[in-house]
Amino acid sequence: MIRSLVSAVALFSFWLLLSGMFVPFLLAAGFGCAIAIKLFSKRLSAIAEESDVLELNWGKFIVYCPWLVEEIIVAAWDVSKRILSPRLPISPALVEFVPSQKTDVGLVIHANSITLTPGTISVEAEHGRFLVHALTEGGAKSLAGSEMDRRCAELEEV
Amino acid sequence: MLIDILSGIFLAGGAFFCLVGGIGLIRMPDFYTRMHAASVTETLGAGLMLVGMMLHAGLTLVTAKLILIGLLIFLASPASSHALAKSALMSGLKPLLGATPSDDEVPPSKP
Repeated sequence: MIRSLVSAVALFSFWLLLSGMFVPFLLAAGFGCAIAIKLFSKRLSAIAEESDVLELNWGKFIVYCPWLVEEIIVAAWDVSKRILSPRLPISPALVEFVPSQKTDVGLVIHANSITLTPGTISVEAEHGRFLVHALTEGGAKSLAGSEMDRRCAELEEV
Repeated sequence: MLIDILSGIFLAGGAFFCLVGGIGLIRMPDFYTRMHAASVTETLGAGLMLVGMMLHAGLTLVTAKLILIGLLIFLASPASSHALAKSALMSGLKPLLGATPSDDEVPPSKP
């Protein structure tokens, strides 16, 4: 009950944000739409309730985001240098390793972070097995037991 | 005035990384390595441009929308990259592995 209320409020604020007009008619229309979408999405509940996204250490997540942005900037700069270098110094590698996360949320955050960082793309992500394509062999070697892996595992400690 | 200069620097930086991503897209040898080049565009290129536009817009509803666009990009782009890479591998496209040979090392094609 609380969850559907939260998502209805989230939908309504999304409407307000996109419309930016606070006329009674549009407010009422947005409210109606939020309720209607909530009711329609009941049919999807079997999918939506499989994993609980809210079970996350939000305090650690807030620290994790700026750290990830920094990682992305460093990696993007490295890839840019390789692209612009005349010799094109790349050594693509496909590497398999065992992530230390246990929950779906942790695994998804880890896999998404790997893909978001330029130079590495998670090709397959399952429990206990990640397959990652890396632009350089050095990048591929540093994946298993990386700091990203450790930090993502910490996010699961609710 | 200062904000204008700062936002200009961010926009120019974003444009630079979008260009680098485009160059990489052409220079890289195979599908998977090209995806790495594209990810420069969608992270640093798009990110810097969004920051530049946010500085330009100031504390308005436009900035809130820009933040939302940024969140959307940072959530959707890894998911789509992952889906693309996975389906490429599953349909049998073999990635090029190891150091790429330079032009003079490429073995001549069989007649």
